[in-house]
Amino acid sequence: MSTQLPVLTAKDFESNQDVRWCPGCGDYSILAQMKKMLPSMGVPREKIVFISGIGCSSRFPYYMNTYGIHSIHGRAPALATGLKSVRPDLMVWVITGDGDGLSIGGNHLMHAIRRNLDINIILFNNRIYGLTKGQYSPTSPLGKVTKSTPMGAIDNPLHPLSIAIGCEASFVARSIDTHIKHLETTLQRAAEHRGTSFVEVYQNCNIFNDGAWEYTKDKKTKAENTIELEHGKPLIFGTNRDKGIRLNGLEPEIVELGKGVSEDDLLFHDEKASEPSLAYLLSRMRHEDGFPEPIGVFRAIDKPRYDDELNKQVAAAKSKKGEGDLNALFNSGETWTVA
Amino acid sequence: MSISTEGQPASMKQSIVLEGATVRLAGDSGDGMQLAGTQLTGTSAQVGNDIATFPDYPAEIRAPRGTLAGVSGFQVHFSSQEIFTPGDSLNCLVAMNPAALKTNLGDLDAGGALIVNEDAFDKKDLDKAGYATNPLDDESLDGYKLFRVPMTTLTRGAVDGLGLGMKEADRCRNFFAMGLIYWLYGRDLSPTLRFIDEKFGTKPVVAEANRKALNAGWNYGETTEAFVSNYEVAPAQLPAGTYKNIEGNQALAWGLVTAAKLSNKDLFYGTYPITPASDILHELSRHKNFGVRTVQAEDEIAAMCTVVGAAFAGSMAVTGSSGPGIALKGEAMGLGMILELPMLIINVQRGGPSTGLPTKTEQSDLMQAIFGRNGESPIPVIAARSPGDCFDVAIEAWRIATRFMTPVILLSDGYIANGSEPWLIPDANSLPKIEITHPGPLQEGETFMPYARNERLARPWAIPGTEGLMHRVGGLEKQDVTGNVSYDPGNHQHMTDVRAKKVANIADDVPPQEVNGPESGDLLVLSWGGTYGTNTTAVRKCQKLGLSVAHAHLRYLNPFPKNLGEILNRYDKVLVPELNMGQLLGLIRARYLKDAIGYNKVQGKPFTVAELVKKIQVTIG
Repeated sequence: MSTQLPVLTAKDFESNQDVRWCPGCGDYSILAQMKKMLPSMGVPREKIVFISGIGCSSRFPYYMNTYGIHSIHGRAPALATGLKSVRPDLMVWVITGDGDGLSIGGNHLMHAIRRNLDINIILFNNRIYGLTKGQYSPTSPLGKVTKSTPMGAIDNPLHPLSIAIGCEASFVARSIDTHIKHLETTLQRAAEHRGTSFVEVYQNCNIFNDGAWEYTKDKKTKAENTIELEHGKPLIFGTNRDKGIRLNGLEPEIVELGKGVSEDDLLFHDEKASEPSLAYLLSRMRHEDGFPEPIGVFRAIDKPRYDDELNKQVAAAKSKKGEGDLNALFNSGETWTVA
Repeated sequence: MSISTEGQPASMKQSIVLEGATVRLAGDSGDGMQLAGTQLTGTSAQVGNDIATFPDYPAEIRAPRGTLAGVSGFQVHFSSQEIFTPGDSLNCLVAMNPAALKTNLGDLDAGGALIVNEDAFDKKDLDKAGYATNPLDDESLDGYKLFRVPMTTLTRGAVDGLGLGMKEADRCRNFFAMGLIYWLYGRDLSPTLRFIDEKFGTKPVVAEANRKALNAGWNYGETTEAFVSNYEVAPAQLPAGTYKNIEGNQALAWGLVTAAKLSNKDLFYGTYPITPASDILHELSRHKNFGVRTVQAEDEIAAMCTVVGAAFAGSMAVTGSSGPGIALKGEAMGLGMILELPMLIINVQRGGPSTGLPTKTEQSDLMQAIFGRNGESPIPVIAARSPGDCFDVAIEAWRIATRFMTPVILLSDGYIANGSEPWLIPDANSLPKIEITHPGPLQEGETFMPYARNERLARPWAIPGTEGLMHRVGGLEKQDVTGNVSYDPGNHQHMTDVRAKKVANIADDVPPQEVNGPESGDLLVLSWGGTYGTNTTAVRKCQKLGLSVAHAHLRYLNPFPKNLGEILNRYDKVLVPELNMGQLLGLIRARYLKDAIGYNKVQGKPFTVAELVKKIQVTIG
């Protein structure tokens, strides 16, 4: 009998539930690219699990015709840890947001990443609390006026990729909801990576924080404000692709190409660098500091995965001690007999 | 009875036969009293005595040496009769320093044997313990049989020539004390000699020093004129079979491993370290060859969530904690409840509230177990009654969880978790299997309904990887049968009713409540959990005194056994002794409108038999 898998389409991944995000929400695009990308992975639907926490993005699993858990606020990475530990055969996706993943669930996110289970974490960053109707989030900029910060936010924002790199992430990437081709490719890279893949997606909340990422999306400005990372290539950007990033000591600086500066002087991207310093430096390049913000894969390295290691220990224990025997266990140690 | 007497030195002194004895070894927390107590326990079990133990140690790993806060004790009750408790008071106390004497003397019987390390009674240690004058030198200890033993000097002498430093030599003092106690109660040295070989095999000098100290202690008892006679405690008449001494946490861990095997599942244990539950993790992590996967999660919440994830994936998923950890797990337990997946939550209770008394026992998390979640969130609750019973309860909890597709809370407590008793080793092949069925794969034309229910109201456990059964579950209220998100008012009422009815149905599936004693009468003592031993002993004593009293000990706390209400009405009065301020009492009064009487204690210590006997007498009037 042939075990060839049926060829699936995006439609096959559609559940029977009506999608209930606000019209115009950036989540629609992420859902669409996910459905479009998954068939290329050749994994049957029953072998895929989507796990989410709480928030707008966390409704995601209901819309996928796979297995799924819409869990509790911030905890999806912990559920994924349990699930993947016992079922390394499953493809596991964690869907989270900036509030869910970085605020209430910050601890779980940190530990899931450092364990490097073979899971994919997609963080929808809209820099606002949407489901609770418009409070500031851990990624909202300083001074952000929201319902809960009428005089402006006074918390310093977190940068998701810097956090992930600090947690020893083996795969870190960024994309943008409206860059549909780039987003699809990035999701595919995440899916292909063995280990925890952490992807930040700039996602627009058109109700409570409309235009937060407009500088990266507007046709007129996006080429100036973003820089696409390609492994082994120099960091070049700009509408005319005439600018680049050069390292000055430990600081990046913007230089214009041609005026005594050649491509060879630029910083070359190395996603496989064993040291995370370069990826970290890229994650710190902020629009507000005058830099283009990198998109694409920041880091993709191979290192041991928790689920593999855990199951290897089980296999090693079995080969060393033999398959567990209850009667031998019960009678181990000092015993005595009463006739 | 077959008892090895190999290696048993024979005392030339006269032996006095005792029914049983209660001995406590007390010293500084660095003095190795827990080890000494454990050895005395194992040795007594090997002699064939019935045993019950009670370790009592401070929360600090090493409180300042010599202080009252740093005193650690281990109590062993061994007997030729069937016993259920570690003993109310002591026949013999070993005090390794003044602080140990001060904190433990109150528990020693009048005329009891008091063995002290007199070398430790110097000005500095007397000051630390708050003694103005040396109690060994005044009349304050006249009511006891005082034995002043220069243990430090004698131990140093025994290990002389092995090249040990002073500190290392002094670390052997607990073995000296053990040797002396072994002589006093006619115990066999060989199990401890074997232990020394195993434990210190890689350090031959240390092993030799401990052997010498142990023998020196025994010889001291035999040769010094201070000890005129020693004691003999005959083997108990336990049911035939092979036994081992088992602690509650170990029995619980083995019960989980066994339940996994019986249900053909791999065990997943997601947890976070907490006293007094951590030993379950330590034990389980040693048994990976049984397919056990342990995850030490980043926090209590994560631990519970890993369990929900592993349960969805089809494993036997279990978490263990204590009160403060369970408080953190509450939301995720609610998720497990509404997802209607089988999983176990173990609470090894300790003194609360908040951080409370981490190393002391209490039963004050019963209400938390039953009600401690947001919304209408019924979860079955069962409780272990003794160290060995932890094994049976673990299996029973998993049976209920899988038959009814629900999380189950298993209550233990610090007293039975760290206490030990002889355990009649079962034959694994005779234990009943736990049958679990998973649906699928789906046949052509069928639609999978994740919240369709069987006659017990349990929903199907469809596991990822099964073709056609892809489905989504979540914490939002779900539509009956389909499991889709639903905000419909009538549906929410219906689902709430169904979840409650499902848990209530468990009462049809568990044995009726048993009563020990007369079928009706003046008083029923109703107890639960770790107070089983003391309540059983106290009620039996009262029955021997001719009182009309019966005892019912609950294993099933939610739902209660079906016949409980009827039992309560057969007695004039119902007394509910608990190590809390009246939690079962409140449940009983609310559910059965029975004017039950509480007897409550929260002192970090178990009840004594004497306390209960007195309360029973007073209550009957």
